[in-house]
Amino acid sequence: MYELRFDERKCLACQTCDCLTKCQYMDIDRDTAKVEMKKIINGEDSFVLHDCVTCYACEEYCKMGNHPFYLIVERQEELDIPPPPRPLIKQAIQLGIPWRGDLKIEKVKEPVLSMGMFAPLVDLIQGKLFEGLSLLSVDPRTAVHLFCQLMYLHYARTSVIKERLPGIIDTIAKHDVKEVIFFHDECYGTFTSYAPAVGIEVPFKSVHFFEYLYNRLQELKDEIKPLNLKVSYQRPCSSRLSPDKLHFVDDIFNLIGVDGQREYIGENALCCGGAIIGQRYEGRYELAADLQRRNIEDMVNAGAQFCVFNCPACYDTLSRLVAKKGIWPIYLSDLCRLAIGEQPAGWR
Amino acid sequence: MDSIYKSLVEIVGEGHASTEQEELYIYSHSLGTAESHRPDYVVAPRTPEEVQQIVKLANKEKIPVVPLGGGLALTGLVMPLRGGIVLDMKRMDTIIEVNEKARYVIVEAGVSQGKLISCLERYHPNLMHSEPMAPAQATIGGNIMIHGQGDLAQPYGFNSDMVNGLEVVLPTGELCKIGSCSVSPYWFAQHPLPDLGLFLGWFGTTGIITKLSLRLFPCKKINGVDRFLVENAELIPEILLKITHTEMVGDLVSSIQGLPLAVRGIHIITININGDSEKEIEFKRQLIREDILGEYIRNGDCGFMGTTPDFRTGQQRPTITTVADIKRGGGFEYVGAILPVDTYPECCREGEAISSKHDIIYTLGGRVIGRSHAMMFFWSYAFNRADPESVRQAREALHESDELALKLGGIPWKPSVYGQKLIMEKMEPNTLELMKKIKELLDPNGIMNPGNWEVM
Repeated sequence: MYELRFDERKCLACQTCDCLTKCQYMDIDRDTAKVEMKKIINGEDSFVLHDCVTCYACEEYCKMGNHPFYLIVERQEELDIPPPPRPLIKQAIQLGIPWRGDLKIEKVKEPVLSMGMFAPLVDLIQGKLFEGLSLLSVDPRTAVHLFCQLMYLHYARTSVIKERLPGIIDTIAKHDVKEVIFFHDECYGTFTSYAPAVGIEVPFKSVHFFEYLYNRLQELKDEIKPLNLKVSYQRPCSSRLSPDKLHFVDDIFNLIGVDGQREYIGENALCCGGAIIGQRYEGRYELAADLQRRNIEDMVNAGAQFCVFNCPACYDTLSRLVAKKGIWPIYLSDLCRLAIGEQPAGWR
Repeated sequence: MDSIYKSLVEIVGEGHASTEQEELYIYSHSLGTAESHRPDYVVAPRTPEEVQQIVKLANKEKIPVVPLGGGLALTGLVMPLRGGIVLDMKRMDTIIEVNEKARYVIVEAGVSQGKLISCLERYHPNLMHSEPMAPAQATIGGNIMIHGQGDLAQPYGFNSDMVNGLEVVLPTGELCKIGSCSVSPYWFAQHPLPDLGLFLGWFGTTGIITKLSLRLFPCKKINGVDRFLVENAELIPEILLKITHTEMVGDLVSSIQGLPLAVRGIHIITININGDSEKEIEFKRQLIREDILGEYIRNGDCGFMGTTPDFRTGQQRPTITTVADIKRGGGFEYVGAILPVDTYPECCREGEAISSKHDIIYTLGGRVIGRSHAMMFFWSYAFNRADPESVRQAREALHESDELALKLGGIPWKPSVYGQKLIMEKMEPNTLELMKKIKELLDPNGIMNPGNWEVM
């Protein structure tokens, strides 16, 4: 069985305990953080395991790359204190089981983009930005065969990820690919952060979607007409697994001439609330509603005309709410297409 | 030319009566598993007077008359079991009056659900009727005749309870008004006498409804939909009771289905919350989530499912019928039964067993009627129309479900002929005798939809 590579000594020697002291959802000082991390390392119950809203952010806060969030989730599972109620866990686990046929595996011509579980969004992938790309996972019936499984971090089920992920990696590898661009941050984070953290080998190189978009926009630089818009980027939880790629959002915004300044940005970004709203602890519904209110108020205060998404879960959770405030929800790829004079897919 | 056909053409005019084989063929088949039966004539009248003349002709010729609305009841209630005339009501589709102040609508019986919805949405947006989740072509008359229920069933009961009055052509051809309309220009009440129950639920065996008044209700501007997931069926009755205690919800349905796989083994309670503002919806939603269901969420037994924005605001409907075609070939029929909500767990257990026995993916559920006074529980079975063995399996499963409903103390709703027989076998003898007397009195020649509610 795959085991989390968590360096206990490094953690116990840490002087800042950023993983917990920076948490936006728990008010923890350094001394308390030290005590609680020790309990968690020892497999003991800690209020942290109950109060964690599974925002993933401590993965980013820990500058030692020691995976505190993965450890918290493992302990939540071991001690049977999952944040969501049991039927939601069952539903989520069953969601990842194929039942609508096998995936037809063929050798594909690189470069390759995988939509992962989000085959229904494949119409976003059109126009000059994506010319020459081969696509993996374009059929909603079989997309589950390429589902990265990392969603189960919200469900205290790392065992499910560890059980299924090698098979998913094997399926992708069978397409005879050396390098894959992943549409969703979560897939990218799975293959570049989680898999190595638990010792699962990944035989292909993963490319972040934003990095691809940025490079492609550079190639199409002459066609870019600055949009001169104010936008707010909704950073998803799984982006915390690849903070080194976050600069591409700013790089893209600079290239296409949009201003993405706002208060809740970067490390300070707020969760969309989609996972929190269904959690079983008292006050989570209100917390999610409050987060959404603060988040959208911040967008309004920043004068945002567009709210930019890349995560479909964030989009589902917030798009209608931002639209009600007169802010147009848009996927980043569509915003890029707008900048090169194309009509975004979502605008048909 | 056939003299009956000639008479029918004289009554309704050319083009509205037919003996053409291709047209008779269409009226020969049920959407469900019922055996096909070919009528001799199909006729589509436009006025109550034409209906009267057709009924008088049928009495004279001693041939059956089968009134037909949308033909969507699935249980074969408008199959011409003994041939005769199928009387298609769909041309009688005028919305006669909407009384906004007394909140009722008078319609001809062939008005479709779709037409009434469109009319109200466009011209009377503050009013709604209880819409069954049927295809738009289902008729208002057909739905009340089967004691249908709609999206207002939880607060207000059966759609047939919402009828203020009827105009009926009796089996002997007289036109008769029932309800306040019999003594007043207003169709606002079921009173004084006789009771509407002489006609509702009889599937046309005691008369043909040509006009009716239906209660309308305040239409809230926003519809919010939440889905509450529960693994343990035993918890469902108490949860439904607690939710209905709030008197804050609209349609309330608990269901469980074998596919899609993600929801297998999980009961989904669909809770509709209506309001005139986001503030009202949020107040109700929060009260239900925290005060009513909070304990189930906190102990981990149940939880609210994440849904898309369109679903949360009611622009998307529950998709239970999407599994109807799971066997391919498009067949789908269910036994619905009116039962106490307490029987929900047993209905599910036994329903899963019946489905499994007949190799059908289970699709089961119950819609709460009238603040938990009862539920309409459905055992739904998909089948492949092109495969006789698949049809046979579904039919057997349906028959077993009819038997189960009665065993559990329920009443099969809009029962097939098989279900009707089971009900009558179990019925008190004096009640049965009363039914027989009513039928014989009203329909001395036994021409009205024969084979249905046939008391031996």
